[in-house]
Amino acid sequence: MRLETRTRVPLALAIAAPAGAVVLALLLAAIPLLWAEVSVVDAYVLIFKGALGSRLAITETLSRATPLIFTGLAAAVAFRAKLWNIGGEGQLYIGALTAAAVGTGAIALPSAVMIPMVLVLGALAGALLMLVPTLLKLRLGVDEVVTTLLLNFVVLLFVSMMIEGPMKDPMGMGWPQSAPIVDEATLPKLIARTRVHVGLILAILAGIAVWVMTQRTIWGFEARAVGASSAAARFAGMPVPRVMLRVGLISGALAGLAGVGEVAGLKGYLTLDLSPGFGYSGIVVAMLAQLNALPVIVAALFVAVVFVGADFMSRAIGVSNYLANLVVATSLLTMLLASLATRYRLRLR
Amino acid sequence: MTATEARAPEDIVLRLRGITKRFGALVANNAIDLELRRGAILALLGENGAGKTTLMNILFGHYLADEGEVLVADPGGALTPLRGGSPSAALAAGIGMVHQHFTLADNLTAFDNIILGTQSLFRPWADRRSARRKLDELMDGSGLRVDLDAAIGVLSVGERQRVEILKALYRGARILILDEPTAVLTPQETDRLFETLHHLVAQGLSIVFISHKLAEVMSVSQRVVVLRAGAVVADLITDETDAAHLAETMVGRAIPQTVRPEMAPGEAILVLDKVCVPGAHGRPALSDASLTLRQHEILGIAGVSGNGQVALSNLICGLQTPESGTVTLHEQAVALGSPAGMVAAGIGRIPEDRLHDGVVGDMAVWENLALEDYRSPAFCQAGFIRGGAARAHARRAIEGFDVRCPGPEAATRLLSGGNVQKLILARVLTRDPNVILANQPSRGLDIGAVTEVHRRLLEARGRGAGIILISEDLDELLTLSDRIAVLHRGHLSQAMPTESVTIRQLGLMMAGHDTETAAHDAA
Repeated sequence: MRLETRTRVPLALAIAAPAGAVVLALLLAAIPLLWAEVSVVDAYVLIFKGALGSRLAITETLSRATPLIFTGLAAAVAFRAKLWNIGGEGQLYIGALTAAAVGTGAIALPSAVMIPMVLVLGALAGALLMLVPTLLKLRLGVDEVVTTLLLNFVVLLFVSMMIEGPMKDPMGMGWPQSAPIVDEATLPKLIARTRVHVGLILAILAGIAVWVMTQRTIWGFEARAVGASSAAARFAGMPVPRVMLRVGLISGALAGLAGVGEVAGLKGYLTLDLSPGFGYSGIVVAMLAQLNALPVIVAALFVAVVFVGADFMSRAIGVSNYLANLVVATSLLTMLLASLATRYRLRLR
Repeated sequence: MTATEARAPEDIVLRLRGITKRFGALVANNAIDLELRRGAILALLGENGAGKTTLMNILFGHYLADEGEVLVADPGGALTPLRGGSPSAALAAGIGMVHQHFTLADNLTAFDNIILGTQSLFRPWADRRSARRKLDELMDGSGLRVDLDAAIGVLSVGERQRVEILKALYRGARILILDEPTAVLTPQETDRLFETLHHLVAQGLSIVFISHKLAEVMSVSQRVVVLRAGAVVADLITDETDAAHLAETMVGRAIPQTVRPEMAPGEAILVLDKVCVPGAHGRPALSDASLTLRQHEILGIAGVSGNGQVALSNLICGLQTPESGTVTLHEQAVALGSPAGMVAAGIGRIPEDRLHDGVVGDMAVWENLALEDYRSPAFCQAGFIRGGAARAHARRAIEGFDVRCPGPEAATRLLSGGNVQKLILARVLTRDPNVILANQPSRGLDIGAVTEVHRRLLEARGRGAGIILISEDLDELLTLSDRIAVLHRGHLSQAMPTESVTIRQLGLMMAGHDTETAAHDAA
């Protein structure tokens, strides 16, 4: 019995493998449900209902998917070039902090100017945060996994300091939160009286833009070559450090946008529980999408369904919502198996 | 084992019967039968991919054969089946293997490398004294002399090889397998190895000598088994055949002779003047290297690997900047240290490690063909890749250079070594470079692909290009080069007209003799 490399992947398999992986993940996640002595069928029906069963559920899922698309793209862009940006969470928060700072009315401009400015400055903040580890990697060979990861905690503490201190909302009854942003800086809702905002459209557009960049432009060509073989890219004359730097900045900017969306689109102010780990979940989303931009959108929706649905289920039947993490983690593992299945063929001798 | 022991000709120490090994659809070994007699040197001849290494890996237990059996004589002489898939079983049966790429730890002494793995794990200290005694006896008996207390890192390649052979003998090998043992040796070191091998077989050792070099097979072996496409196509007494016949048997057809047409060199294109490149451990990788490359000329660089070839190649490829000295192209200084600058200056570069530096395996054939050119207006417009133009270019290149692949979209990692090299040649030569650096351009390719590479290089020379050919294959250098210079420890000799040098002289220079003494000693 041995594995052989496939020379081409049949379309049916390319679709069936990830679908099979999801089914397998749900089957595996049934084991702890059985252990908790609840009906597996009921639980999964509740997850489905909670995430997609009503207008409200669907909008909730969409609003949850919005930051995941951004952080998923951030991870996919960086990982494709073998730049291991684990700092999506920190870049998200620094983007959020910037949005909160700029949006609180310090500068009063009409929303046609204000919204683009908040977006651009938030993205810039994320990019600048990513600039530090990228430069350290390129100049001194410092492992970016360590620096990006640790910067997450630095940023969180910094945000905490800001919203306990200079940016603390004087009307916030003592809660550690920033002052709410002005209406001019708020992203319009997509659907009135729901939590879905224009950020979703921006996220999808970002996904398309990243896809076009990766597949069609010189930047993407360089990033793919550097990621697949930096030695060959360098030999061919590509400016490898510049490519890495560019990739790092784009990745940081995308994660920063996730934070802008949460503040300017959803919450309206900055708190320390703004993100339940969207930066880290973005890595899972990117891996599920096998680092491809358009599938990131689908993977982010899937992860959002699981999270929103599991929250609903846990409230309904009293199982811990950690099950959501379990399903997402299991599906990541099964998806890796599925990607093996698309790359290799098992041949019995 | 002593020379007085009976050595009847029918004394068989190793017999392979019907060995078959498949990798998927590929039959690497097809029903191979083989016999090795005591005290004989059997040459296993075949091109890359003919199945030599697979066969020896089966024998040594790295692979398990799908069919067939291996019989090895025990010390009493009776043939017993060897348990497959177990290197330790092979070692216990007296089979020793010296791999093409040595398996020695650089930071340990020769002695430690030899006894490594032979001592019991459950003893707190190694029994070094008796090991030492045994090794001294072995060195006296075999004539293999090395400094046992020297770290492997400071030994020459020839010395390391002797350590490898000693290691096998120390473990009681009665059958020694040598995989391409001469690939890294100078001609003189090769002669010395052959003397040692003759000495060892006189003492009763049996040797399987794997090679694709005909001259060596002719001079060292008593029998030749020729493999082609996984099957034995000939089993001959060496004295009853000749190199030309062996070559045809090995390839399966007549081999076109590469002929270098006479050509008057043109003006100087590339000039290196007293170039120094720093190397590892504070030793210069290139010291005061000077050369002049002219149009219509192939300048061969001979030398044992590790003597500055990498530095010279990196310099011209734009991967390294010199410490001192100048490089001029068409009498103008070149922007060194920039691969893109070198490409723009019209230098075509064929890297030594084609899979590592030459292509991005996970990208498509068309993308790899545009790898150096993707920013030219032909392939790019306003930041976007002109996919249609690049694919059309790829289709032309694939056809013009006979790159065997499913099409421009195929992943490059799926191509064979020869086709990857053709892809690189296509990328380099379609740009019409006036200087070409070819570093080991035919290493690891089968004869058909080698002929093709040589033809393309000569064609470029005919068009007016100057070519620097770095190679460890002296035959290749003598066939293609108009002039040959030798690299030894970072020193580049004067380039000599090929007609005026002999292999012997080159060998002496590769070992460090200067031009005059080498010419004198060789005469």
